[in-house]
Amino acid sequence: MIHTHILVCGGTGCRASQAKEVQEELVSLIRDKHLSQTVQVTTTGCFGFCEKGPIVKIIPDQTFYTQVTPEDARDIIEEHIIKGRKVERLLYEDPKTKKRISDSVHMNFYKKQLRIALRNCGIVDPENIDEYIARDGYQALGRVLSIYSPDEVIDIIKKSGLRGRGGAGFPTGKKWEITSQVEATQKYVVCNADEGDPGAFMDRSILEGDPHAVIEAMAICGYCIGANKGLIYIRAEYPLAIGRLLVAIEQARKYGLLGRGILGNDFEFDIELKYGAGAFVCGEETALINSMEGRRGEPVIKPPFPAEKGYFDCPTNVNNVETFANICPIVLKGAEWFSSIGTEKSKGTKVFALAGKINNVGLIEVPMGTTLREVIFDIGGGIKGGKKFKSVQTGGPSGGCLTESSLDMPIDYETLLEEGSMMGSGGMIVMDEDDCMVAISKFYLEFTLDESCGKCAPCRIGNKRLWEILNKMTKGEATEKDLEKLIDLSHTIKDTSLCGLGQTSPNPILSTFKNFKHEYLGHVRDKQCEAGQCKDLLHYTIDAKMCVGCTACLRNCPVGAISGEKKKPHLIHQDICIKCGICYEKCKFNAILHQS
Amino acid sequence: MKTIKLSSFAIETVEEACSDFQYREDELINILHRCQHKLGYLPAEVQEIIAQKLQMSVAKVYGVVSFYSFFSMIPQGKHPISICMGTACYVRGAEKLVDEFKRQLRIDVGETTQDGNFSLSCLRCVGACGLAPIVMVGDKVYGRVSAKQVKDIISEYQKSMV
Ligand SMILES: Cc1cc2nc3c(=O)[nH]c(=O)nc-3n(C[C@H](O)[C@H](O)[C@H](O)COP(=O)(O)O)c2cc1C
Ligand code: SF4
Ligand code: SF4
Ligand code: SF4
Ligand code: FES
Ligand code: FES
Repeated sequence: MIHTHILVCGGTGCRASQAKEVQEELVSLIRDKHLSQTVQVTTTGCFGFCEKGPIVKIIPDQTFYTQVTPEDARDIIEEHIIKGRKVERLLYEDPKTKKRISDSVHMNFYKKQLRIALRNCGIVDPENIDEYIARDGYQALGRVLSIYSPDEVIDIIKKSGLRGRGGAGFPTGKKWEITSQVEATQKYVVCNADEGDPGAFMDRSILEGDPHAVIEAMAICGYCIGANKGLIYIRAEYPLAIGRLLVAIEQARKYGLLGRGILGNDFEFDIELKYGAGAFVCGEETALINSMEGRRGEPVIKPPFPAEKGYFDCPTNVNNVETFANICPIVLKGAEWFSSIGTEKSKGTKVFALAGKINNVGLIEVPMGTTLREVIFDIGGGIKGGKKFKSVQTGGPSGGCLTESSLDMPIDYETLLEEGSMMGSGGMIVMDEDDCMVAISKFYLEFTLDESCGKCAPCRIGNKRLWEILNKMTKGEATEKDLEKLIDLSHTIKDTSLCGLGQTSPNPILSTFKNFKHEYLGHVRDKQCEAGQCKDLLHYTIDAKMCVGCTACLRNCPVGAISGEKKKPHLIHQDICIKCGICYEKCKFNAILHQS
Repeated sequence: MKTIKLSSFAIETVEEACSDFQYREDELINILHRCQHKLGYLPAEVQEIIAQKLQMSVAKVYGVVSFYSFFSMIPQGKHPISICMGTACYVRGAEKLVDEFKRQLRIDVGETTQDGNFSLSCLRCVGACGLAPIVMVGDKVYGRVSAKQVKDIISEYQKSMV
């Protein structure tokens, strides 16, 4: 009898830091110590706590080990598993209290989370359908096929208040209803797994950690709208997610959960993968359909909407990965349960990829209505390195930067819009005092420029002009006239672009201009970058009074621009310095100044 | 564009990909994925064969290849270096890494070193934001990379040459 489960994270983050080697080591030790009868090692999806990966969790006692190396495997087996003593040094240390936390139940990171879409991530082995089934998997599909009519299911989804998690927040039940009412011999269910927001990995993590949740929901959707074919549009750059999906689809077919006569009913449904090739605009549903048909992924004007005329002109229901991941729990637990969570107009939870200058970078899921402050300071553990919070960016390249004054606002679709940003797909980037708002706008614009499909002029040419002006600003070459032009042009692009990409591309500029106007003025009038990020406006010097001569800066300077003797003030040679900022990061004594 | 002569292996690969996908125009992206996976990149000659086999214009094939950033028309270096410029990596200093790689390798992003050993590119989020900033060399992922480490990473692969 297996009484202890060792869960090893198999998410992209942890895999990048040797999680696979950790697992192999654990497995081989268990074999050597003849523990195979009682202890089992399982690979799971992302635990969400990627910052401190690789993660290893022991069940049943919920012990949560962080930053585990292959060398640590021996202690986990010999100390914890055999002798029952937790390996203290691998336990998570609370950054505030400096205390080691013995299990995940007591970690602030998890306390305020509610996991619906991520219910199985970090719990089941994504490559083993039996584990999914053991956690109520395919029960929702079974129930739907045996006791509900398509309209009844649609009604449940409508009443639950679920809205699309791909960005726009369109009511999911309503979308299904529209597609179901269109008469056609062939319809399609499409799962949008393009996830182009740079710095976001929610959808990918769901697919890597719990692929069956999406497969089951797509089948339910197919039953509701009258489609027998599902397509998952996913980037070829996500090999892990693709691999796990392929395994899961194959297993589902074997179990008769995909294919003909599903669960003994005369319902047929199967799923195929369609590969993207790295184009952000392909996340837009009409572009996505073009791409699935083998063409350039250019958007077309709506209407007609995909619900009427989609893939090969057939009615097509497009939903986001996370939207699908919410379906089965709603079917099983009921619309009322789901709609009791969240705010008046935004029901349920939202998954965020929390990243940037924050202690706990990772994947989180919170009830709608949670405040940004709770997310950043309680779950996220606050700002890295004791720096000051400056801004939080949501909505990716279409979103905006919010300030301190928005921190106590409840997170939902409407509030974020009112505050000048948007929900988007769930990227949440935290920035501190060292981040320049003009530079971050430029960063997003660069992204938009790269990704603009070029079909319409405002987006293709206009964004280029915006970028040029921002670039001038970061170099101290812009005038106040340029600033005026920047804002004017931003509005024009918003109003005249064809698709959502262009219509939202100036948002990062407009929101940072609204909230950090003085920084724009600083770059234009005084040629100063207050955050000290714009290289061309800075020079680095050492404050001789503060410098203790620890030599850290000297040792780390990549070009040898620093000289000085131990325990004596150091000096930066401006003619050699390439303004890389490494010394500034390395000095623990605040002796390095960067000034405009 | 320079014309190169395709090896018979390359020609076979391309023809096989086209036939596996039943010469269907809507499978063009899958065909391109297969060819790039096997050949490393998609030179003009490959696109010409595909166009011929699928009975579509070369311009159309080129239009698709050039649209998607994943497809490359130039051969990559033996050790392709990709720096993540996703937002999470950007705010944790990825730009400095780009500068440093450019400086060390004396090439720009999108170029390959003269000896064909390294090529440099940027990508957007590899899904390991917790370890930002991220650099990938081939399939190997380096997390929390500092500008100082850049040199060590490069020399790791220079050594493996000899
Ligand atoms: C430029 C652009 C990019 C988009 N990228 C994505 C994406 O990566 N993933 C996604 O699910 N939706 C994306 N969308 C939204 C889709 O067009 C569509 O609204 C969504 O997939 C519908 O699913 P939902 O109702 O479940 O949210 C994007 C929209 C635009 C305008
Ligand atoms: S707004 Fe930009 S991405 Fe959208 S259709 Fe126009 S050019 Fe293409
Ligand atoms: S900024 Fe960079 S180059 Fe200049 S002194 Fe500091 S470490 Fe050296
Ligand atoms: S790291 Fe700071 S304290 Fe140490 S030598 Fe450099 S400037 Fe002085
Ligand atoms: S990838 Fe392991 S915790 Fe996220
Ligand atoms: S932004 Fe670089 S890994 Fe996500």
